[in-house]
Amino acid sequence: MPKKDPLTGKIKWYKSEGAVAVYSALISILIGMAVGAVIVVIAGLSKANISGAGIAEGIKLVFLGVFSTGRNAAGQLTFGFNAVNLGNMLFRAVPLIMTGLSVAIAFKTGLFNIGAAGQYLMGTMGTLSVALWLGWAGTPKALAWICAFLVGVLLGGLWGCIPGLFKAFFNINEVITCIMTNWIAANLVTWWFDAHEVFKNSQQGGKIGYVIPLKNVGVVTPKLLMDKIFAGSQANGGFWIAIIIAVAMWIMMTKTTFGYELRACGANRHAAKYAGINDKKNIILSMAIAGCLAAAGASLYYLSGNTEFYWSTYQKLPAEGFNGIPVALLAANHPIGVIFSGIFMSMLNVSGIQLKYLTAYNEYISDIIVGVIVYLSAFSMLFKTMLSKRIKSDHGNVNAEPAPAAVEEKAPGDTDGKTEKGGQK
Amino acid sequence: MVFLLQQMMLYAVPLMIVALAGVCAERSGVINLALEGIMIFGAFMGVVFVRIFQGAGMTQDQGQLIMILAMILSGICGILFSMLLAFSAINLRADQTIGGTALNMLAPAIVMFFVYMIVAQNTIGMAQGGAAGWFMIKPSTFGHPKGYSYGAIGDFFLNKVYLTTYICILIFILVSVFLYKTKTGMRLRSCGENPQAADSLGINVFKMRYLGVGLSGFLAGIGGFTFSLTTANMTSNGDVAGYGFLALAVMIFGNWTPLNIAGGSLLFGLFKCISATYSTLDINGDGVFMLNEIGISPYVYRMLPYLITLIVLAFTSKNSRVPKAEGIPYDKGMR
Repeated sequence: MPKKDPLTGKIKWYKSEGAVAVYSALISILIGMAVGAVIVVIAGLSKANISGAGIAEGIKLVFLGVFSTGRNAAGQLTFGFNAVNLGNMLFRAVPLIMTGLSVAIAFKTGLFNIGAAGQYLMGTMGTLSVALWLGWAGTPKALAWICAFLVGVLLGGLWGCIPGLFKAFFNINEVITCIMTNWIAANLVTWWFDAHEVFKNSQQGGKIGYVIPLKNVGVVTPKLLMDKIFAGSQANGGFWIAIIIAVAMWIMMTKTTFGYELRACGANRHAAKYAGINDKKNIILSMAIAGCLAAAGASLYYLSGNTEFYWSTYQKLPAEGFNGIPVALLAANHPIGVIFSGIFMSMLNVSGIQLKYLTAYNEYISDIIVGVIVYLSAFSMLFKTMLSKRIKSDHGNVNAEPAPAAVEEKAPGDTDGKTEKGGQK
Repeated sequence: MVFLLQQMMLYAVPLMIVALAGVCAERSGVINLALEGIMIFGAFMGVVFVRIFQGAGMTQDQGQLIMILAMILSGICGILFSMLLAFSAINLRADQTIGGTALNMLAPAIVMFFVYMIVAQNTIGMAQGGAAGWFMIKPSTFGHPKGYSYGAIGDFFLNKVYLTTYICILIFILVSVFLYKTKTGMRLRSCGENPQAADSLGINVFKMRYLGVGLSGFLAGIGGFTFSLTTANMTSNGDVAGYGFLALAVMIFGNWTPLNIAGGSLLFGLFKCISATYSTLDINGDGVFMLNEIGISPYVYRMLPYLITLIVLAFTSKNSRVPKAEGIPYDKGMR
């Protein structure tokens, strides 16, 4: 624990655990973007058609892409408040925040939800089908919206249960089952839309392979002021809903008994079981909630009305599902932090698109940055220990051997590495 | 039937190599979730090397030589890439699952970035010709006329096969011997079971784990190259269709032992192959495409490998023998 203030007995805010987590996230972001810039330089130098000025433009867009306002008459890049870019950034942040929450909640229970992509697809299928059906049946729009959202969320929850059940009853690593359920979901969703011609968008020429967007039946999320702030962008009320859900998740995890049980299972499943917590129930519920959250991201995304779903998805999983992982890691699995890291990831996404349209580079540079950030967050523990060691440096006892008794206490057969790290503190 | 078996081998071979790659890492105590990423990277580098050799003036007659050189080089690239995982997992004691996931995200991003930079489209292929023309072993390779037949067994082994099948069998033997019959191999396995005890006997756990991850990177790189060669016509588009993860499932299914893994990958190869070729599959040679005519949706066939993995895992999990120290960073202080 960091040193307490001698006067107030409290830990100073800038030395608290949360602050250290923010520092380490910022370090990861900075290094990630620096690597992105280096790759821009290397690629620029090795390509004949990219000049020195082109490299500089690429680096500028990596860092400030979201403020780009295109090129002026002289061909120079211009920057400023771009309502469309910023609004689209918030709009694209919604599914990222939701899948990030999904991964974060599972992480808190000690589970690695790499199956958000499949849950996201199941949510997409449920929401689109129900919204279109009810829209055609003439159900009141608000009721149709709620039904579509709930059905999508529930389908995702059920899909999330599967890895949970396998983990709880067969003790199979959830990573494998999540991957398998992802591909099964991709095939199921494609099969569903392939078999139901009514959902296919055939009236608009040249748009083959897509499901009819929901604006055609009017079941869309209200704008809730977002169209006033970010005129011309796709931003809508879904962003506020995502924030409300994130706050609700934070309250659930920190202020309720259920949240405590989940976190206890995550910290040490065996200890939690010993304390009378039903670990199997909590693992399944945690995966179900994670599935609901990922599916809610899909529902909010497609309920915007304009977004179109390419139904023949059996060869490709949605990127939103996997990008939930860096969002959660960057936020150190804190539900409120996920809002900010989700927006940040979405910003990288927008920057990537600017790079694609304005320079000779392509949007994959932002994926590289994300990859580097995930890699760095793998050893964010190291950053944290380094930072907190600096803070508590006056306790010179860091290298002392742990007391022999502490080693003896290790439960036999305990193979969970996370529980053993505590011994070093 | 020969067609089905040969197709099965095409799908089973990369699975087997990559599953064996997983064994090398996990037996040393490091979870290698990055197999998929390393495969993607290896496949891309393989295509790049083939292009370089073609550009350097090597001709179709030297096809097998080009293939072997490109394969070894993509294996080496796999080692380099896997060192990222080794560094974070072994030196920095980071969470191995997250480290592996990071590599899985980095690989397609880097590959796609450079594919667009090189060819300005989403798939990079050979500079000229196709995989079958350059690298496949055909009757003409041995100077026989086109359409020559060796009989059923001979056809299976020599007609329209890739050399990778035999390299894979060689790798399977080498890995089995290495893990069970050599001193280093046994030391490597001891680091996956009880690194503290291994360390107390003077075995350098860090070195052994680096060796495990490096071997794993080499094999996964070769596996990626093989995938690209046999199932993707020597192209790379930042994707290996989930093969790395399927290989992980095969590895768990095979209980971390080479022989069971070989069996498992043949089984999964069969299902993968059915899902890819069901519509033109003539099992008993009577000209009827039975699987196509039953009227089952193609998506069912495509789902099969994954569904079966789930079911098989559920049934075999009880006698699963995970390396005991897998996923736990080695800490001398815990000895």
